[in-house]
Amino acid sequence: MLDLTYEPPAPKVIQGARDDWELVIGLEVHAQVASAAKLFSGASTLFGAEPNANVAFVDAGMPGMLPVINEGCVALAVKTGLGLKAAINLTSAFDRKNYFYPDLPQGYQISQLYHPIVGEGEVIVDMAPGIARRVRIERIHLEQDAGKSIHDMDPALSFVDLNRTGVALMEIVSRPDIRGPEEAAAYVLKLRQIMRYLGTCNGDMQNGNLRADVNVSVCRPGDYERYQESGDFAHLGTRCEIKNMNSTRFIQAAIEVEARRQIAILEDGGTVVQETRLFDPDKSETRSMRSKEEAHDYRYFPDPDLLPLEIEQAWVDDIATSLPELPDEKKARFVLDYGMTEYDADVLTAEVENAAYFEQVAQVSGDGKASANWVINELFGQLKKDDRDIGDSPLSAAQLGRIVALIRAGDISGKIAKDLFEIVYLEGGDPEAIVDERGMRQVTDTGAIEAAVDDVIAANPAQVEKARANPKLAGWFVGQVMKATGGKANPAAVNRIVQDRLGL
Amino acid sequence: MTALNEMTIAAARDALGRGEITSVELTEACLAAVEGADALGAFVHKTPDRALEQARAADAGGAGALRGIPLGIKDLFCTSGVASQAASRILEGFRPAYESTVTRKLWEAGAVMLGKLNMDEFAMGSSTETGVYGATVNPWRAGDTALTAGGSSGGSAAAVAADLCLGAMGTDTGGSIRQPAALTGITGMKPTYGRCSRWGIVAFASSLDQAGPMARDVRDCAILLGAMAGHDPLDSTSVDMAVPDFEAALTGDIRGKTIGIPREYRVDGMPEAIDALWSRGREMLADAGARVVDVSLPHTAHALPAYYVIAPAEASSNLARYDGVRYGRRAALDQGDGITEMYEKTRAEGFGPEVRRRIMIGTYVLSAGFYDAYYNRARRVRTLIKRDFEEVFAQGVDAILTPTTPSAAFPLGSVAHADPVEMYLNDVFTVTVNLAGLPGISVPAGQDAAGLPLGLQLIGRPFEEGDLLNTAYALERAAGFVAKPARWW
Repeated sequence: MLDLTYEPPAPKVIQGARDDWELVIGLEVHAQVASAAKLFSGASTLFGAEPNANVAFVDAGMPGMLPVINEGCVALAVKTGLGLKAAINLTSAFDRKNYFYPDLPQGYQISQLYHPIVGEGEVIVDMAPGIARRVRIERIHLEQDAGKSIHDMDPALSFVDLNRTGVALMEIVSRPDIRGPEEAAAYVLKLRQIMRYLGTCNGDMQNGNLRADVNVSVCRPGDYERYQESGDFAHLGTRCEIKNMNSTRFIQAAIEVEARRQIAILEDGGTVVQETRLFDPDKSETRSMRSKEEAHDYRYFPDPDLLPLEIEQAWVDDIATSLPELPDEKKARFVLDYGMTEYDADVLTAEVENAAYFEQVAQVSGDGKASANWVINELFGQLKKDDRDIGDSPLSAAQLGRIVALIRAGDISGKIAKDLFEIVYLEGGDPEAIVDERGMRQVTDTGAIEAAVDDVIAANPAQVEKARANPKLAGWFVGQVMKATGGKANPAAVNRIVQDRLGL
Repeated sequence: MTALNEMTIAAARDALGRGEITSVELTEACLAAVEGADALGAFVHKTPDRALEQARAADAGGAGALRGIPLGIKDLFCTSGVASQAASRILEGFRPAYESTVTRKLWEAGAVMLGKLNMDEFAMGSSTETGVYGATVNPWRAGDTALTAGGSSGGSAAAVAADLCLGAMGTDTGGSIRQPAALTGITGMKPTYGRCSRWGIVAFASSLDQAGPMARDVRDCAILLGAMAGHDPLDSTSVDMAVPDFEAALTGDIRGKTIGIPREYRVDGMPEAIDALWSRGREMLADAGARVVDVSLPHTAHALPAYYVIAPAEASSNLARYDGVRYGRRAALDQGDGITEMYEKTRAEGFGPEVRRRIMIGTYVLSAGFYDAYYNRARRVRTLIKRDFEEVFAQGVDAILTPTTPSAAFPLGSVAHADPVEMYLNDVFTVTVNLAGLPGISVPAGQDAAGLPLGLQLIGRPFEEGDLLNTAYALERAAGFVAKPARWW
């Protein structure tokens, strides 16, 4: 069994003017499906095209045009569901959500209100080694994205770009299991990580690839446990939904600000109004978008242009067998197989490309633990300094693997290895050949080391006396010998011979 | 000899095949008839250049089932480069860059397009007088009163009845092919839902809409349906089934078939002429060797209310796209008007009163708090109506015979200012077929005392249009309806 065991984190407690308060948070994450074509049209989903270049007749809501489901999007949604250990609904259906806006050409969004494609699942959100929150997923449904309205290009006119119209989104709805701003951010990052492992969403938050609506309420300590026991939401506070956030930093800040706003209202004897709010990061406040009384009536009803979506268990099973190793399993395996810390395993499995790189280094070098250190400390450090991703690292995993292998074989010292790392990183080339060409190979020839030790002892009689009186000073001789050999002497051998010659 | 434009499709096809006539001659005869018939208000966008071009191409060769046959197309179909505005002001100036699947198949089969035909706005109506083009007038008259050609495919019906074209395309959401066919003495068929692609047809109520042929007789309908039908990967609701040779099914032999007469269709106040026609139809089918039995479709009374919830609900959503943003007409705006004013003004002036009424009904029945009471209940009724038919068919009934309409053609203007429910009652015999997704056909079978044509409707099993057409063919032969309207236009 590869699962690691976790304790849940303590919920965040905010001290109000009078009382302590806890937070209850649920998220609706909108993840763009990593498909080449839109959900119901053949138009491209490529980001950054000229405005209105990727628009099919159906996306533009032309008369008589009909949607046809993109099987690839369905497969990616199923894959995401399986990755979140969720139930897959073999029958799901599409509904129309009706409202008017120029970036919604059909006048309705096709979504799945009544019968989503994915049912209940879960996500383990790691907070610290040994500490994680289990967040239950309520459902995932497929829906169309809207286009983009641009209001600031002209004082009198608005412009509409329909490139994004009809792009497939997965709306991933969590239960109210998240208990603090940091957990919420970690949850979004964990979803992103899993979907990037699965290849179902690019998770590019800056480009709106992954956005979240956050539901926040506050309650007094003990109320949440009462809700858990009874399932009765009445134990929880009234929630507000903060819309459309595309950064984990903003998510955290918004939750904090919104919770404090609600606490202030409650401690003043007021009541929180259930409503949709927007977060303003500049003013660090949330503002009401519309209250429930003036909320849209979306008039959901089954889309008569689309038959219920029926998929077969065998097809789902096929997708299940194609599932890659997911972050939790990979992390557990790294801890158990390579003997690394949970922290290092977290770092290495954060991005699937990093994990793959590390595993190749470990395979070439034959030393997992050392490979982990070299990848995390040296390589990541250097890449970060150069503002590069692992994908464009000048140092290949095979090269780094051979460097670590050279250390492991005792051919080079750790210190020399750092020089070698820098040479290969900057200039490229075969590590073994460089070691040979530049005479970097560690001296393991005992005769040569003995001669060097003897030279140093002969030249420093006073130090010899001191060292014999205080054996801790033997290190000074080791240093001198290393210096004399240009760092190439095997430090262990030097140490042993120094001890021997000094008679310690 | 019959004038060219008065020929049936089958006769013209054979004459063309034998080289006795050319498609150009046939097309010119139709174009001349169209030019002389503006008083009917049938053709609203004429395409003579395209027609002659297609006719010349047909004369040059080809093997399509409709090679060289001139047809008229209901304005609800999107036809590439040709105005397609569903008889609505809001689609003013709209010329699609695409061709509906059904019309594309017609042209691929060699047919010739004469132009676009009048209809009720967005197919909402039973009299072809709610559209932006004005009313279509029935070629049939009783005295001097201008009569409706029915609706919503009234332009198609009038054009075929007045010999302006050999056949026409209609669409049928609640009776929009069968009712005008009956009121103009022609044959019109609504195929099984899913038999013909809806792609490129302006949507009214997606779960009910279906394209179908309107022609002089059953054989012509069979020929047209064969060219129109078939699976379309662009329409998820079109059915992937082989299209049989419908014409080959027309043997006229219905011996051993069982025809059901639904007792619930005998409505209060049904005119004597309709009742008598229905009885004659029953006798004609029995004389042809069919077994005629009484059957029950117990939920029939609930069909019309359910239809007038479901159809407007879907329409309210389908018509949301007409907002003046991307195509069609946009209202002139005042200084300071924003997006809300643009929507309100554009839709207020772009839609006629009947369309506005149905959008409001549809919006209401889907709104929170009313959804279960109206929309969901209507869907349950629909399921029950479907089950009624399934049970009758399971008893061995092959087809069901009913009147097509509760009356003959009524005067134009008589329903425009009346209670709209009066107009909705025109669909009482036809909507059940749409709700159940079944094929239905109206065959001209007699005339009332004033000489106006009356139709009988046959309802068949799903996807057994061949069998239904054959029963209709037997009825047609027995009825021997040959009357033509006297030309007044």
